[in-house]
Amino acid sequence: MAQISSDKQTRVPTAIELASRQREISVSEFFLKNRHLLGFDTPAKALVTAVKEAVDNALDACEEAGVLPEIVVHVRDRLGKARVVVEDNGPGIVESQIARIFGKLLYGSKFHKLSQSRGQQGMGISAAGMYGQLTVGKPLHIISRTEGDELASELYVSIDTANNRPDIHKKRRVEWDCPHGTRVEMEMEGHHQTGPHSVEVYLKQTAIANPHVSITYVDPHGKETQFLRCADTLPPRPKEIKPHPHSVELGRLIQMLSNTTSRSLMRFLVDEFSCVGKKTAIEIIKRAGKPLTDRSYPAHIAHAQAAALHRAIQKTRVLAPRTDCIVPIGEPQLLEGLRKELAADFYTTATRPAAAYRGNPFQVEVGMAFGRPGEPDIEVDAGGHMRRKQKAQHASTVEQLIAPKDEPVRLLRFANRTPLLYQQSSCAITKAVIQTNWRTYGLHQTKGSLPIAPMAILVHVASVWIPYTSESKEAIEPYPEILKEIKLGLQQCARRLAHYLRRELHLRQEYDRRAHIERYLPHIGAALQDILALSDDERDSTVNMLDDVLHTSRTTRRSKP
Amino acid sequence: MKNASSVKTPSDQDKETITLIESIAREVRKDIDTGVLPSIKLPARGLDNVTYDEMKGYLELCGAHKLRTLTVNTARSFAQTLRLMATSRAMVESNDFATKREAYYISKNWGDCRFDEQAESDAIMDDIEAMASMHGLSREQLRFYPESHGGSVAGRLTVIDKDSATGRSIEIDCANLGSGAYSIPRSAEHLSFRTDARFVLAIETGGMFQRLNNHRFWETAKCIIVEMGGVPTRATRRFIRLLSDTQDLPVYCFVDCDPYGFTNIYRTLKVGSGNAAHVNRFLCVPQARFLGVTPQDILDFGLEDATHPLTATDVKRARDALQNDPFIKANPAWIAAVEQLLKMGVRAEQQALAKWGLNYVIDQYLPRKLADESAFLP
Repeated sequence: MAQISSDKQTRVPTAIELASRQREISVSEFFLKNRHLLGFDTPAKALVTAVKEAVDNALDACEEAGVLPEIVVHVRDRLGKARVVVEDNGPGIVESQIARIFGKLLYGSKFHKLSQSRGQQGMGISAAGMYGQLTVGKPLHIISRTEGDELASELYVSIDTANNRPDIHKKRRVEWDCPHGTRVEMEMEGHHQTGPHSVEVYLKQTAIANPHVSITYVDPHGKETQFLRCADTLPPRPKEIKPHPHSVELGRLIQMLSNTTSRSLMRFLVDEFSCVGKKTAIEIIKRAGKPLTDRSYPAHIAHAQAAALHRAIQKTRVLAPRTDCIVPIGEPQLLEGLRKELAADFYTTATRPAAAYRGNPFQVEVGMAFGRPGEPDIEVDAGGHMRRKQKAQHASTVEQLIAPKDEPVRLLRFANRTPLLYQQSSCAITKAVIQTNWRTYGLHQTKGSLPIAPMAILVHVASVWIPYTSESKEAIEPYPEILKEIKLGLQQCARRLAHYLRRELHLRQEYDRRAHIERYLPHIGAALQDILALSDDERDSTVNMLDDVLHTSRTTRRSKP
Repeated sequence: MKNASSVKTPSDQDKETITLIESIAREVRKDIDTGVLPSIKLPARGLDNVTYDEMKGYLELCGAHKLRTLTVNTARSFAQTLRLMATSRAMVESNDFATKREAYYISKNWGDCRFDEQAESDAIMDDIEAMASMHGLSREQLRFYPESHGGSVAGRLTVIDKDSATGRSIEIDCANLGSGAYSIPRSAEHLSFRTDARFVLAIETGGMFQRLNNHRFWETAKCIIVEMGGVPTRATRRFIRLLSDTQDLPVYCFVDCDPYGFTNIYRTLKVGSGNAAHVNRFLCVPQARFLGVTPQDILDFGLEDATHPLTATDVKRARDALQNDPFIKANPAWIAAVEQLLKMGVRAEQQALAKWGLNYVIDQYLPRKLADESAFLP
């Protein structure tokens, strides 16, 4: 003992001493240290993530209130300090809730209900505020006004990280020219950049997947970009559903059992889950075995019995989950979205029927935009003559979302209408694209990589619960069911693409053939002139005549595309 | 230089050539004016379209034609055909000519239309030639001349030619050329002959020709000797044909005793080649007969030990001739001879006769063979 105590560095602490160091870690503190988990790892990414969280919340709020969203985003970047302002025309937030929504992690309306929405954890915007607080020490500045309210509420909120509680710095009622809506302003260490991971690309992609949204973006240089809506109706509200029995983990089941207001196991199963009727409930209870009966009191069910119940649920055939709770973007709307934001030669979209993974319903949509503007094209006029035309160059300076000819295709990944910009390689969407054999459809592809084509592939996964690979919601977990659906959607679009490519190829070949013949027409003219002693006019008229004959004969022989 | 030719009025054949070319061009133009894709009708030159008519005595094209319509695949050759025809017409008018090689180079001035290789221009030329031959016109009348020169001639023959500059006639006495010989010109159409020879002896190799010429074999045998140098060129064939036709002379062929000698050299001389079936009517020498060396000669002249075994190519060629060569198939004597050769399994060269002494061929072989013409193969 004496020896050990003499050397303080190597002294083994006692259990009591250890216990004195053990204390609760608040969620806020945890994420303060692990900010990369929420997508705030670099200043550049932090800026995009902050905008994304604010815009997602704004859109969810507007749609829930049935308002066509008008979003204004301002980004300023001065010496590594960024200021982000996101303003919406949503329903506004009741003053008493503002502080908790923005100043408390894991506080929200979306976690406990199963319904398709952009946010699902109640963490995003407060995490952004916390990041700002950590890096520049400024609280969130919020102005919100609910409809009919005389004045707007203005609050400065920061997070008490130790207790995960909002800390209100200033609160007052102010005049605001917006009849209803919310304005969030945050300052943080951030870096504005261009390229595929920029605020602009994020907003552009948002505009593609949300054709009913109008976004005005003012970048740090003061340049204003408008993403105008092309649909004047809101997508239908997704229905809230109860969990499907197969989607519930054991821990969740135990939690549900203790929280339920149902007084019998039978009622619990029927009321708390979707797709479970009396018959199915009886079957589950029977399979779970004694001592469980249909009259067992849910809160009193022991752990071992809960485990048996869980096993029984998994073994019992239950109706597939209801899928009407999923609202896809829709083929025509998605097509419009692609058309308005991407200049391409060929567009196609496909909405798959809804499916389920582990009891969670989901639906996959795929869109493709093929062809880059500014590359030569062939046009055919009424007389059957063909000529090369130069396509109009797209004036936009926005990062091209369609890949150049000899580069891998660009992926536009969406989860519940929200663009996913980061961690492309670990995402189910990327895996599905790679696993699809694109050579069948006439594209180049080396094994195990994305196809090479001047194309953007859009994949949207909508679900009541998107299985993200991390809390920062950057990639979708590749469940086999999800992979399968994405692949089917890709194939559906790829078939149409292949059809288009074949037609284009034929057109190009036909053009080359004609160009080939046309090269020799003057020689035929010259030879005829030599032999028959024609005048130059006679020769030219013969050559022109021959040109016409050629085109009409080739046009009539070809079936109309 | 050109004065003499420009003074000379175009012959009837030249007029025919021009008329033919113009009529084809006019057809093409008419097609275009009536809104139809123009086409040129050409005889098919494939071997499928070649037959041997025993009565006529040469291989000729059957009726099959190919229509060269202006399409993607034919655009180039269509333009080239017309341009080459225009070239031909210009040459007829200026009384000039072009060798096949020259014709190929003329095209280098045609831009996109130029020939990349001479094989291309030769093929187009053969097409035009085939078409012209259907109208009784030869390639020489289209003013396209072969590159290869003709063989050599010696013996009791006087060739009457013209000086191209003055038009004065020139007489060449082929008996008076010493150790040299008269070289057959590329075009023999304008030549005339005077001779007291009894026959023409066509010889495969230059060496054998030299021997017979140096020892003035033609003097004693009263004949004209012609060196073919392997398969006879068109000029040589045409020369022999004209000589034989105008002077009513039989032609005897003296080649190696092997399938190549039979089916390539002799067959080509007599009935023409499948490849040039469209012009065989001008080039074939139906009067030709096969003097030797026959398979029977190997036995008769004791050459068994001066032979070589037939190579695999020889055997293949012989069997192919028995099966497919319309000329061999039409002559039982030839079938027998080829079968005999195959059975013996050996081949003998002309020079094998030297086994019995260098001049055995002059002193013994040829006189003995010539004494019995009925032993010649047809």
